[in-house]
Amino acid sequence: MTTDWSSLDPALADTTVSVTIDGASVTVPAGDTILDACTAHGVDTPTICYAENLTPVNACRVCVVEVEGNRTLVPACSRPAEDGMEIQTDSERVRHSRKMVLEFLGTTNDLSEAPAINAMSERYDADITRYATDHARFDQDVKIDDDLYIRDYDKCVLCYKCVDACGEEAQFTFAIAMSGRGFDNRISTEFDVTLPDSACVYCGNCIGVCPTNALQFKTEFDLRRAGEWREDEQTVTRTVCSYCGVGCNLELHVQDNEIVKVTSPADHSVTHGHLCVKGRFGWKYVSAT
Amino acid sequence: MADLKLTVDHSTDAERGAVDAVLTADDHAVVRVTERLVRGGMARRKARRHLLLPGLHALQAEVGWISPGGLNYLCDVLQVPPAEGYGVATFYDMFRTDDPGHTDSVHHVCIDTACHIAGAEQFAQQLEAEGKQVHRGPCLGQCERAPARFVQGRGEPDHVPADTSGQPAAPHRASVRRLLKRVGVVDPTSLASYREHGGYAALARAIDIGPDAMIDEIRAAGLTGRGGAAFPTAIKWRGVADEHGRSKHVIANADESEPGTFKDRVVMENDPFSVIEGLTLAGLTVGAEHGWIYIRGEYPLATRRLRHAIDEARSAGLLGGDVLGSGQAFDIELRRGAGAYICGEETALIESIEGFRGEPRNKPPFPSTHGLFGEPTAVNNPETLLSAMYIAEHGPDTFRLEGTEKSPGTRLFCLSGHVAAPGVYEVAMGTTLGDLIELAGGATGTTRAILMGGAAGTFVGADQLDMPLTHEDTRERGTTLGSGVVTLFDDSVDFMSLVLRIAEFFRGESCGQCVPCRVGVVRQHEVLVELRDSGAALRPERHELVDDIARAMADASICGLGHTAAGAVQSAIRLGLIGGTP
Ligand SMILES: Cc1cc2nc3c(=O)[nH]c(=O)nc-3n(C[C@H](O)[C@H](O)[C@H](O)COP(=O)(O)O)c2cc1C
Ligand code: SF4
Ligand code: SF4
Ligand code: SF4
Ligand code: FES
Repeated sequence: MTTDWSSLDPALADTTVSVTIDGASVTVPAGDTILDACTAHGVDTPTICYAENLTPVNACRVCVVEVEGNRTLVPACSRPAEDGMEIQTDSERVRHSRKMVLEFLGTTNDLSEAPAINAMSERYDADITRYATDHARFDQDVKIDDDLYIRDYDKCVLCYKCVDACGEEAQFTFAIAMSGRGFDNRISTEFDVTLPDSACVYCGNCIGVCPTNALQFKTEFDLRRAGEWREDEQTVTRTVCSYCGVGCNLELHVQDNEIVKVTSPADHSVTHGHLCVKGRFGWKYVSAT
Repeated sequence: MADLKLTVDHSTDAERGAVDAVLTADDHAVVRVTERLVRGGMARRKARRHLLLPGLHALQAEVGWISPGGLNYLCDVLQVPPAEGYGVATFYDMFRTDDPGHTDSVHHVCIDTACHIAGAEQFAQQLEAEGKQVHRGPCLGQCERAPARFVQGRGEPDHVPADTSGQPAAPHRASVRRLLKRVGVVDPTSLASYREHGGYAALARAIDIGPDAMIDEIRAAGLTGRGGAAFPTAIKWRGVADEHGRSKHVIANADESEPGTFKDRVVMENDPFSVIEGLTLAGLTVGAEHGWIYIRGEYPLATRRLRHAIDEARSAGLLGGDVLGSGQAFDIELRRGAGAYICGEETALIESIEGFRGEPRNKPPFPSTHGLFGEPTAVNNPETLLSAMYIAEHGPDTFRLEGTEKSPGTRLFCLSGHVAAPGVYEVAMGTTLGDLIELAGGATGTTRAILMGGAAGTFVGADQLDMPLTHEDTRERGTTLGSGVVTLFDDSVDFMSLVLRIAEFFRGESCGQCVPCRVGVVRQHEVLVELRDSGAALRPERHELVDDIARAMADASICGLGHTAAGAVQSAIRLGLIGGTP
């Protein structure tokens, strides 16, 4: 939905820009975002909707920073760094908005399986107890359509990552999209039909990008329900998918000698984190043999 | 069409007929490839995506809802993924994606500000008692004849009963007649009448002096946008004009959904050719060949009049391959919105025309370089276009004879609520609030508060009647001119219920894209519901919470809706209209 216009501008090649971050001068390649500059400078910026293998949608606003001369705060993840920008990443104003975003999500969603977001909430002193007790939440039943993966939209923070991964950023299937308006927004197939009735091809790329475990492998869901999901005991083995010659990297998560889910490294040059149905789900034969 | 996977639902003959009519009627449509589609390599498949919104309108009007089969057919024809088509359909108030179970027209009743205090709820109940299908919803842009109603037709065209009921036209007066000079004078259906009343003199002079001189005059005149943000028009136009060698667009933003605003409607209904001329002037000045008018879906009369005016102008060679002998091509497409306040935000409007959900884009980049279909675009309010025409015709010095140094010219104000003669008034900028109200016959009761700028604006007290209506003075007093809304509330008003409704308006109209606004508007509303139910004063920790919410929305939201969603509530608390004495 949001386009990375900066990459279209050839004038940006081979130049650098200098900004100040919390008073320190930082030089980065032109076209880099404020987030890139913060990372280069060692400033840890919280992000939720951002992913390095997707074009930023700047929707969660947890990454906002203060840029001198701007009336409002700006999203670090998508705003290109410009020469001379004076950036504050930890001012009271920045901390306030980050804290509120985290309180808003905490009062809306089930974040029990989103440790990274919970760590941010702690860092920014988010206090979800100060809201009215009967405030509106995303209450929805878990969608279990098949044996491959489940969708639990109580946990969904509407970061658009799955939509973009399913759509033009990776998969080009467009099986899911944002529907509704405002607080009623939900990720949905057309008329909310089940996944098997939709255009879904079960590549699982949406699962790979979901930051809250709203989308998860059925194997993981079943183990969690049974109280047998033990992440700390799992081993992760990196291998190359054996189905075809593309050379996708797989990370096999194994618990008690069973593969419980498959991910793909986001930084890998072939896959950028994305796979197809065979690599993602086609491993049942491994434990069957 | 092989790539799209559609569900098994089949369309009916009626649905196919409705969709096909949109396609064949589309001989003027600009078939363009959007930036995002180029990136996706989907160019050909989605080239007609901008017909999605018209197609949804056609289905809704034909069968009363968007059925799975109907959506399938539309998506197949336009090569839009059905999940996305559904996402777009569910974004708009005027579309239903479930079977309504009846075949009646739907009566939309406004429950916002002016209608709220004019018995909208009783009106809705009365219509229900008559057996009508009633939908209570946001402002319909008829605040001068509150309580307002719009009928979404089924088996009859969409219409506004007040347009045909012989109700006397509301007063539209002026202390200076510039923008309103033809309103009530000209025959809105006749190009000949328009030309007799000075029509196309402005465009002729603009062509005569050329684009650069035209932009210089607008700069010298100091014209700022009348749509709410008051951005300098010359800077916007210069930016688009400087994008050489690209296909470009100009858009008239006639979405007019800010509660309390109805000036554009009055102009479009009574002097539609002026909007056509103004948009043509903008197009020729910035070098755009494509003009668009995005008009809110609840304005059937204005839509009809504009369509007619576009056709007349085209037949007369005032649109088309060689506009008024200038050698330049320019034509206009009209697009109807479908009930979404956010689609007045210029980038949401652009997304909406392109056939996507009306979700604002993050800026920069701005539409002047990356607008409609990724191409340079100038979006302007109709009143801005009319002001530019005045400058073209009379020059910047004459324009500056009215108004102040920093806020030159005249403005249209929309007066409603507890005022003797609600309507649109044109006055010089710098006129005091009190004088404007006197022009409208004065307040009808003891004024307790005045809402400036609509729901996105702020309340001011009756002690502000001496305030000159300029950008600089309103800013200094912590309020805004916005889109020219002045709604009066006397001391009989239940402000708790009024302010609660304003909060509910934002809760209903947030696009939901960004967290601060999607959740912030809900939490703000919840604090106010709690306050009303408690019947007590606002407790300090509740006050702190509602302030915290307001600050995050203003600071961290993507667009102007979130930035202003707490303004009216905050001012109501400050003025002691709700929450107890401050
Ligand atoms: C939520 C929202 C709604 C808006 N609605 C309108 C509208 O109905 N009409 C309008 O002209 N501008 C509206 N605007 C302002 C537009 O984004 C834009 O600034 C304007 O159309 C530019 O035209 P101007 O420069 O001639 O004022 C809206 C802005 C926001 C944030
Ligand atoms: S599994 Fe693949 S095709 Fe199915 S919804 Fe997820 S991303 Fe789209
Ligand atoms: S399901 Fe997950 S990836 Fe998709 S929008 Fe929700 S949180 Fe983001
Ligand atoms: S501020 Fe509100 S309306 Fe604007 S993009 Fe965010 S959610 Fe949408
Ligand atoms: S990470 Fe930047 S807005 Fe979400």
